[in-house]
Amino acid sequence: MNQRHDHFPEGADFNASLRNRYRVATIWQTIFLSALLIAIIALTALLYNVVDGAFGFIAYEYKDDPAEFTSTPVNELTKDELLVILKENLSSGAYNKLENEQPMQERSQADLLTLFLERLVRIDTKGTWSMTDSLLRGDEIRVEVAEKYPDAILEFRSWLTPQFLTTPMSSKAEFAGVRTAILGSLWMVGLAILFALPIGTGAAIYLQEYAPKGWLTSIIQTNINNLAGVPSIVYGMLGLAVFVRTLEAFTSGSMFGVTDSNGRTVLSAGLTMGILVLPLIIINAQEAIKAVPDSLRQAAYGVGATRWQTIWHHVLPNALPGILTGSILAISRALGETAPLIVVGASTFISIDPDGPFSKFTALPIQIYQWTTRAQSEFHAIAASAIIVLLILLLTLNATAILLRNRYQRKY
Amino acid sequence: MKEEVLNIKATETQSFRQFDLKKKTRIGESVIQALLFFAGILSVLTTVAIVYELGKEAMLFFGNPDVTFAKFFGETKWQPGIGQYGIWALVSATLTTSAIAISISLPLGLAAAIYLSEYASPKARGILKPVLEILAGIPTVVYGYFALLFVTPILQNIFGDNIQVYNMLSAGLVMGIMILPLISSMSEDALSAVPRSLREAAYAMGATKLESSLQVVLPAALSGIGAALILGISRAVGETMIVAVASGAGPNFSFNPLEAAETMTGHIARISGGDLSYNSIDYTSLFAIALMLFLVTLVLNLISQYIVNRFRERYE
Amino acid sequence: MQNTRTYAIESNDLSIHYGTFTAVRGVNLKIERQKITAIIGPSGCGKSTLLRSFNRMNDFVPGCYATGELLLQGQNLYSKDIDPVEVRRKIGMVFQKPNPFPKSIYENIAWGARINGFKGKMDDLVEQSLRSAALWEEVKDKLQESAYALSGGQQQRLCIARTIAIQPEIILMDEPASALDPISTLRIEELMQELKKNYTILIVTHNMQQAARASDYTAMMMIDDQRAGGVIEFDETKSIFTRPKDKRTEDYVTGRFG
Repeated sequence: MNQRHDHFPEGADFNASLRNRYRVATIWQTIFLSALLIAIIALTALLYNVVDGAFGFIAYEYKDDPAEFTSTPVNELTKDELLVILKENLSSGAYNKLENEQPMQERSQADLLTLFLERLVRIDTKGTWSMTDSLLRGDEIRVEVAEKYPDAILEFRSWLTPQFLTTPMSSKAEFAGVRTAILGSLWMVGLAILFALPIGTGAAIYLQEYAPKGWLTSIIQTNINNLAGVPSIVYGMLGLAVFVRTLEAFTSGSMFGVTDSNGRTVLSAGLTMGILVLPLIIINAQEAIKAVPDSLRQAAYGVGATRWQTIWHHVLPNALPGILTGSILAISRALGETAPLIVVGASTFISIDPDGPFSKFTALPIQIYQWTTRAQSEFHAIAASAIIVLLILLLTLNATAILLRNRYQRKY
Repeated sequence: MKEEVLNIKATETQSFRQFDLKKKTRIGESVIQALLFFAGILSVLTTVAIVYELGKEAMLFFGNPDVTFAKFFGETKWQPGIGQYGIWALVSATLTTSAIAISISLPLGLAAAIYLSEYASPKARGILKPVLEILAGIPTVVYGYFALLFVTPILQNIFGDNIQVYNMLSAGLVMGIMILPLISSMSEDALSAVPRSLREAAYAMGATKLESSLQVVLPAALSGIGAALILGISRAVGETMIVAVASGAGPNFSFNPLEAAETMTGHIARISGGDLSYNSIDYTSLFAIALMLFLVTLVLNLISQYIVNRFRERYE
Repeated sequence: MQNTRTYAIESNDLSIHYGTFTAVRGVNLKIERQKITAIIGPSGCGKSTLLRSFNRMNDFVPGCYATGELLLQGQNLYSKDIDPVEVRRKIGMVFQKPNPFPKSIYENIAWGARINGFKGKMDDLVEQSLRSAALWEEVKDKLQESAYALSGGQQQRLCIARTIAIQPEIILMDEPASALDPISTLRIEELMQELKKNYTILIVTHNMQQAARASDYTAMMMIDDQRAGGVIEFDETKSIFTRPKDKRTEDYVTGRFG
């Protein structure tokens, strides 16, 4: 009996060693938890950084004094006054061009004011500050600006405005918007899903319901899993070689009589993105189909259904919420992808809305990339605003996916 | 049995009715099956197309009498337009940023996975998991913005003039944050796949939770964690936007994280974003780089998948 | 009796294999029309496998195939030119666990008829089928409600109604009452007695009393030394339970085995 206990600590010794072990355990637990805290801090910092950039002081001067055009203070100009001023002071060529894009009468007061500030008085930005700086060092900034640019107007500005969503690109950050980019993103994602959802679902049905166990099936499956891990820029290169170049006649629309474009169209981008999200859709749809219980298939076969009748009437309807959830996730992936779009040639400056699959296009992430890499800080401010727009879009999509999943979770 | 049982008409005679069980040709069924098969095989065609298209252009690049494998793999200056073909100028940056990213994301991701799988209460999990999922869902160009306009200024405060505005450290660090959710979720899967009985065996011998987690569960999950690591590396090598924004524009053979240097992906993005004439050496050289990227990530992904499959079998 | 036409279905040396493993070997059964035939035997002896081979449900098990003959009206169900979908249309099946479609009660019955090209009045067919399954009174006011709202026993009768609706020749039942309470079980057994006026029923059961109570014929299955199941005795149920010829059957039915 005693011998058995000889080499083990007993009583107080044991308690002391146990306490020590617990202490070590607590330390490690804290370390494990802190990894997650770092993740939370990183996420917070990222979101803070974006919001911080989208609001803040801007100091600007007018190249031409507004008083030269009107006696009314800029903030109080009415739509009618603006119309008159623009008509009188813009060259007739420039005015007609604007009129052609959208009749001046139909434009809002805010739009006209933008034109006034952009074309006539011509704002010249001297500096911008982040939200934190603006709030904490407001007085310092005021002094600094007054010293350096005595004529400058300093105001707190939200770069993210309703107008930011509805105005097209502009070479001046103050007047730029993401309308063209949002429309381009929507066209691109729409085409991608139109292509990838039916094919992806079809592939998943084939693999789950038809494919015999064998080398071909296992090659297809392995291949799909691998495609999901191929860097997105490689898909861009594939799109460049296949859609932009080889199939140019199709993607530029020249075989349909469209003459004014090359292969760098929203169709090429959509197809490229469709191929990119295809594995994602297949894998998700496979999971959804797998979750449909076999008893349901047997019940259908038991009353003399063919394979397709069973799939169409029972398997697909029950797998549909899962398939849709997967597609929404694929959509949000496609919305955020940037690299393939750069490669297939998204236009970096374009102010005409895409109006069909053969249009040139830009996309939200492309604009974010462009603006982030500009040196002037006002472009960083609109990059931040565009990021907020993109993140809200993605958040909405993902929330929809989660709701869909919870709403239709079936108990068999 | 109170209910009246109605006889379905003609059943009596039906029993002796002759019927035909011969195969019917169901054209619809066959057409549908063919279409579905085509959808399934399309993914294989995608891979074939990738290999073919990248290979075709890369062949044109290597077919240039001026380009030799010795130069490509042996030199450290990359400027195909003027006859410099040393891929190391780009590989060095890819290696450096990936190494930084992994050295951040592996320990953090692993620690997070251990906490989530072994320690966290369901309630804590419910709060912590979504944080990682949100991190995983943020577009990489947004990470690029974060790297250039948040992390870089902080690094400049720390290193002063020693660090360049565009630098590999900032890109690598942020890439580490980006990969963290991937590593933690795969590692968590690996940890939770370890059977309960193994943990219970450890507890029954008087082990603390930590001892059971680190000395029993973790080793049992090691291959799954290895798979996560490999997939993480593959993701880092293929990541484009963070490095395109924050790491610098221009090939630079350097392993110094404080310097600017362009990765393989960053180079492809920058050059293809500009005006590029087809059939030029610049154009074909991009495909050579892309082919290399594809092959490297393909091998990494295959290894990772192989490990995961073998690991799964062991506990099923 | 000697005329094949009086048999509903008969098997000649039917064997079922999974890859290289033979699960059921050499079964010769002649199933009488409009009678209930029970298949009994200890678990794992291949009862369900045999039953499922009768309407080619085993086709869906990878690697599973049958050898020998299974004759329905002189046509071998396993010959190459036979359409399994047609087979299942003629030989319906009720499964161990109730498996209604996640649709309305009405749809559960109408669907099978519709895909099989039924052109009559659907409402009448649904009512007839539900009446035949002794379920009509309980569900007539809630035909559009989900079938999942029914109790387990009701669900199983709905599955029977669904099978009747396509007017098969034979109904296969795979332990149809094993997931039900005793009262529901009794109702299913009563229902079987009504159904046999019009249908041939083949039922697998674990429950010895059920086989003795409800069936006209009984096939006793047992595995041999190579773990393949086979029918060791097939006779009228009375004989099987009162004077079994095989010692193993006697042991089993008297509870000395399994």
